[in-house]
Parts: sequence; structure tokens; C-alpha cells
Amino acid sequence: MNITVRVWRQAGPDEPGKMVSYDVPDVDEHMSFLEMLDVLNERLTTRGEDPIAFDSDCREGICGTCGVVINGVAHGPQQTTTCQLHMRSFSDGDVLDIEPWRADPFPVLKDLVVDRSAFDRIIASGGFISAPTGSAPDAHAAPVAKADADHAFDAATCIGCGACVAACPTGSAMLFTAAKVTHLGLLPQGQPERKARVVEMVATHDEEGFGGCTNIGECAAVCPKGIPLETISRLNRDLLGALIRPHT
Amino acid sequence: MAVSGLIMIGYLLAHMYGNLKVFAGQQAFDDYAHHLRTIGEPILPYGGALWVIRIVLLVAIIAHIYSAVVLWRRDRHARGGTSRYDSPKARRGVQRSYASFTLRWGGIVIVLFVIYHLLHLTWHVVTPGGPASSPYQRVVNGFEVWWLVAVYTISLLAIGLHLRHGVWSALTTLGAHTSAAARRRLNILAYVVAIAITVGFLLVPFSILFGVVN
Repeated sequence: MNITVRVWRQAGPDEPGKMVSYDVPDVDEHMSFLEMLDVLNERLTTRGEDPIAFDSDCREGICGTCGVVINGVAHGPQQTTTCQLHMRSFSDGDVLDIEPWRADPFPVLKDLVVDRSAFDRIIASGGFISAPTGSAPDAHAAPVAKADADHAFDAATCIGCGACVAACPTGSAMLFTAAKVTHLGLLPQGQPERKARVVEMVATHDEEGFGGCTNIGECAAVCPKGIPLETISRLNRDLLGALIRPHT
Repeated sequence: MAVSGLIMIGYLLAHMYGNLKVFAGQQAFDDYAHHLRTIGEPILPYGGALWVIRIVLLVAIIAHIYSAVVLWRRDRHARGGTSRYDSPKARRGVQRSYASFTLRWGGIVIVLFVIYHLLHLTWHVVTPGGPASSPYQRVVNGFEVWWLVAVYTISLLAIGLHLRHGVWSALTTLGAHTSAAARRRLNILAYVVAIAITVGFLLVPFSILFGVVN
């Protein structure tokens, strides 16, 4: 199949950027989206042009490194990571618009690469448990209800790709923040720091410049891990509890 | 946003119930309008309860608008400017409701409407259809004018859309959205409240316009 891509090209963080069109002939429908970009980059390099910079690592949908906005949708038409998207999702002759995540706390470094270290700072402000180290405790030492374990696991699958922010009309990172608050807040190990965690993480989220959640749901609709929207309401519940009764 | 919004919804439901007294006739409606001023007497002075309601509402409105402006400024910055993605595709998102697009402009329409509505039926500064001493007569005179009914209809549609997203969003913000089943229930509730308030308020002007009430 032959396609055309319109890609955001930006030489550096402070350089102006613009959309540039490239024809990509002979694309195999079984290629992943990133393999198609690899092929295009090989051709660009051969021609002596600067290849398109994009992030990727595991290429099996579990690391959260890749992610671009394809035709206005974060990670493109399938609800999966960009690396797990295949060219068979598109048709011969398609024009694909490829852009980086857009949000003020995610500055573009080059082309399709953005700086997502704001996420690291949100996690560092409370997305962990302070546990004494040593040998692993017995698996049955702290019983966890099956439903709680399932919900915690659903939330724990967040890979921090940032698609929720890229899709959110208000540039909010609430789904990401809520996933960690939910993951730890449902488990016994997360209880001692539960209230401080939600308050600190939401404060850092706001300081980093992310927007407020308006419950529109675009985040959950593009999340490659299917983190459910109610995760955010769980965070709200924890936050209200922590603000009303901070010390109990 | 959530708490102030819910306070205003409570007021709207009470206001709508009062409006429907028009169907009980002029005496019932005028008695109701007068009774609003004598509620709580003699503990409260004449019109006291009404003033309490007005102050609570005013605080809610100011809090709601203030929060909206603060959030709007933050969000505009957070999402990286107004022209976010160059691609003209998927401008309407993946799954978002039409109502969620109308909150800000709809909110401005609602503010303008509330100002006009106060000038019309609270302060009697504007009197389309002619002034009258009876509240019932003022309502009937006004809504016999077709363009006034049109203005109220557009405004109530804006309120309906505002409530469709607002009810759902407020309850979610307060933590009621606990599961996929709860999401369905909250969305149904939002539709029911939005439709009840829109239709409930529009019944009166349309009944007057078409001569059911005169």
C-alpha cells in the first residue's frame, strides 16, 4: 500500500515547527506503525535528510515509551499503543497526520519526542509505599479481597505513556494520577500513606501545569491499557476524604 | 464547581415546581408568589426567606463563575494553546458528548439570559407584552410575545445541555462514579434532570403562546 504522512518536524525545543509531507510507497500492511516510520527514516537517511525523531523502546505495548497523535487521536484508531498499531488499520492512499503529544507540561524536544518527566515528578511526590526492606513477606500475610486485587491490578497496568494528557481537552493528567492513587489505595500496603499520597500527588499534578478534569472521558477512550474512567472518581473520593478529615 | 452547581440545580427544581402553578390558575399562582415572601414569618421578616435563598444563590453563582474562569485559564495553558493539533481530523474527539462542548459558551448564554430574566420578571424593567400588577398576568403578557418565547427556548436548551454534562460531572467529581454501572446510572440521571428542567420550564411559555393558559 502507498500512503502519505504529514509529520510534525521541529529541530529543537525552542525551534519553530511545522507539518511536512512525505510519500511512503510500498508499505506492508503487516508492518507496525513504528516500522513504517523506521522504513521512512531509512529512506530519509539514505537521501541525506534528517530522520524523524520519535520515542520507542519495547515495541510490545508494555513500556509506555512510544506514543504519537495520529489523525488527531492519541495512539491512532485502535485503542492500543502506537507500537502495537499495524498498517492494516489504514487504507491504500490514506494521508496520516502524525503529531507529538500536545500539553504545556510535555514540551516538544524534537519532532515527535516530548519530555514527560512531569509524570516522574508526580510519582515521586507520593506514588510509592514506604515499606521496610528485607525478605519478601508471605503471600498470604496480608489478605486482599479479589475485587480489590482486580481493580488495583487494572489501575497498576498504567504504563505512563501520556496518551490521557494528549487526548484530554483540558490537558489534565488525572487518569494517570488516579491510576497510581487507586492502585496503591486499594491495597493494604498503601493504606498508611493513602491520604498524604492523594493530596501530594494532586498538588504536584497542578504545579506541573496540567489542567483540571472535566469528566469528558477522552482519556479512558484512548488509554492503551483500558484504565477505566471511574478511577478518577475514586481519586476524587480519596481527595475529599483527605481534605475533610486529614488525620484519621 | 460541583457543589455550587448542585445548589443551583436544587433551586431550579424548586423554581420549576413553582412555575407549574400557572396551570392551577391565576389565584393559585399569585398566592404562591405572595407566599414566597411570607415563608418563615414571623421568625423571618417579610421577604426574609427569599433573601436567604437569593444570598445562597448569589454565592453559588459567584463561586461557579469564579471556578470556571480559573479552570478555563489553567486548561487553556495546559493543553498548549488554542490550536492544539494541526490535523483537522477527530476534532470532536473519540467519544465525547455534544453537551460537553457547550459548557463555556452555553454558560455565557445562561448568564445573559439570567440577567434578562431578572430585568423581565423580577425587577420589571423590561415588560414585553405590557406591565401588570399580578405576577400571573405579567407571565401571561410576556409569553404571548413569540420572540420572548424564542429567547427563553434557546436559553433553556443551553441550560439543558449544561445540565446534561454538569450533573454527571458534578456527581463524578464528588466521587459517586464508582463503577461502569454507576457511570450508566449517573448519565441516565443527568439526562433525566436535564430533560425534566428544560421541558418543565418550557411548558409554561409554550402553553401561554398556544393559548392553553391565558
